[in-house]
Amino acid sequence: MQLRRTFLILVPYLWMLLFFLVPFFIVMKISLSQVALAIPPYTPTLDITQGWDGLVKFFSQLSFSNFQFLTTDDLYWRAYVSSLEIATVATAITLLVGYPIAYGMASAPDEWRPTLMMLVILPFWTSFLIRIYAWMGILGREGFVNSTLEWLGIIHEPLTILNTNWAVFIGIVYGYLPFMILPIYAALDKLDVSLTESAQDLGCTQIKAFWLITVPLSRPGVVAGCFLVFIPALGEYVIPSLLGGSGTLMIGKVLWEEFSSNRDWPVASAVAVVLLLILVVPIILFQRNQQRQQEAEQ
Amino acid sequence: MRRFSWFNATSLTLGFLFLYFPMVILVIYSFNASKLVTVWGGFSVKWYGELFHDQAFLDAAWVTLRVALAASTLATILGTMAAYVMVRAGRFTGRTLFSGMIYAPLVMPDVITGLSLLLLFIAVGLDRGITTVVLAHTTFAMCYVSVVVSARLVSFDRSLEEAALDLGCSPWDAFRSVTLPIIAPAVISGWLLAFTLSLDDLVIASFTTGPSSTTLPIKIWSAVRLGVNPEINALSTIMISIVTVGVITTSILSKRNAVQRMRDEQKAQQA
Repeated sequence: MQLRRTFLILVPYLWMLLFFLVPFFIVMKISLSQVALAIPPYTPTLDITQGWDGLVKFFSQLSFSNFQFLTTDDLYWRAYVSSLEIATVATAITLLVGYPIAYGMASAPDEWRPTLMMLVILPFWTSFLIRIYAWMGILGREGFVNSTLEWLGIIHEPLTILNTNWAVFIGIVYGYLPFMILPIYAALDKLDVSLTESAQDLGCTQIKAFWLITVPLSRPGVVAGCFLVFIPALGEYVIPSLLGGSGTLMIGKVLWEEFSSNRDWPVASAVAVVLLLILVVPIILFQRNQQRQQEAEQ
Repeated sequence: MRRFSWFNATSLTLGFLFLYFPMVILVIYSFNASKLVTVWGGFSVKWYGELFHDQAFLDAAWVTLRVALAASTLATILGTMAAYVMVRAGRFTGRTLFSGMIYAPLVMPDVITGLSLLLLFIAVGLDRGITTVVLAHTTFAMCYVSVVVSARLVSFDRSLEEAALDLGCSPWDAFRSVTLPIIAPAVISGWLLAFTLSLDDLVIASFTTGPSSTTLPIKIWSAVRLGVNPEINALSTIMISIVTVGVITTSILSKRNAVQRMRDEQKAQQA
């Protein structure tokens, strides 16, 4: 019995230690190393055969110079700031688009609900890459939007939308919209309708009742949705690379290029460590929000 | 019942138009005879023909399918174990670390997961190829599986399991004949989720794969970076159709099951 329990715990535990925690420490270690023309392309490497002396030598060669480099070259600084800006603005737009949809779903007749739910989830099962790619054909110079507007005579010169930050916003809103809708819908669905009804009976206007009752009570869902959009959007690589332009700086893209084009693994690792440090705050806030919600339900 | 107003109807219509319009455009243009994506050159299925004669695409699809099958099956086994540990194993040393490791990959940016796994594979001297992609996909997919399965485990009545044990079942028998059938829907949806995540992944696969094993998303990526490509439109249409048919079928089946269960319960009450 005890043996079985130990086995059951150990297998997934060791797997996650080996494939999640250990790689994470390797990234930390390499972020403290220097780039070198060798295989693997960094120094120092730990040589266990040298025993204690090797260990001492190894640790004495580690340094924070990569992190210093990140602060001196303003490319990285600007990339972090612009990722934060893009993720924040995109999250706000997603909320503005997602809330009315979630509200509409929660107000819909009961027999529609499963179908509406399916319609929200279906894009989630469809390839993210393809859904983002679809916008290239729509937003391009000769894409659907421009040709329709020109045909209608609204514009005479094609608008430049693709390869700008606008296209990145559209991509993030589109790609992550289900993540915003679902938690808000879950919160609105649980909301007791008699509360808003009694507020209206007591003389509140419909809009005032919405602000005073529906919005505060749906807050946990809104918070969860915002984090679920903001956190992945911050490290996004596919959307800025396909829809963004050369001026679109996002840290996921910088990390990728540092690694594959420049082959500077130590700097790429340092970029990853800083990105993680930035993400720790929203991740902890998100988990606290989820925990509070769970406790409230019990 | 809340009132379903004009405002609700409008926001739902606009919302779903926004969600589905890009996919509809993609499907329409996959039947465009012209290579210029913006000019309609008449109806044609020639891009589908070219797609099926493109050996590189077929190879990539085969690699992706094998990776997804292996990774999702492994992830389902490990993820179900992890869910069981989190919900049922009680306290043990390092439990907080364990649940942290299960939840963290869900919010970890792909670039970091990919980079860190690649550095691990290089550090231990593992040749990059299908195996490394399967290991990487298993790791992040099992976290999703364990979240789905543990949600089901939390909500189920534990006395059923205890009754089986009291009646002389071994723990394994009790798991197989009582617990597993009850959590089976969650295990299956966990498997499907893991399978889709693996099929869909570009970033982690790009980091962890070798030159000989290109997956379909990597192949699509290298094609679309240069611009809109009619063959990719055809491929997208095929993928969208498979997903649509799958999702609609499962939702009809689950609805039918729910109706059947309600009828059975009514019959049982009458009897």
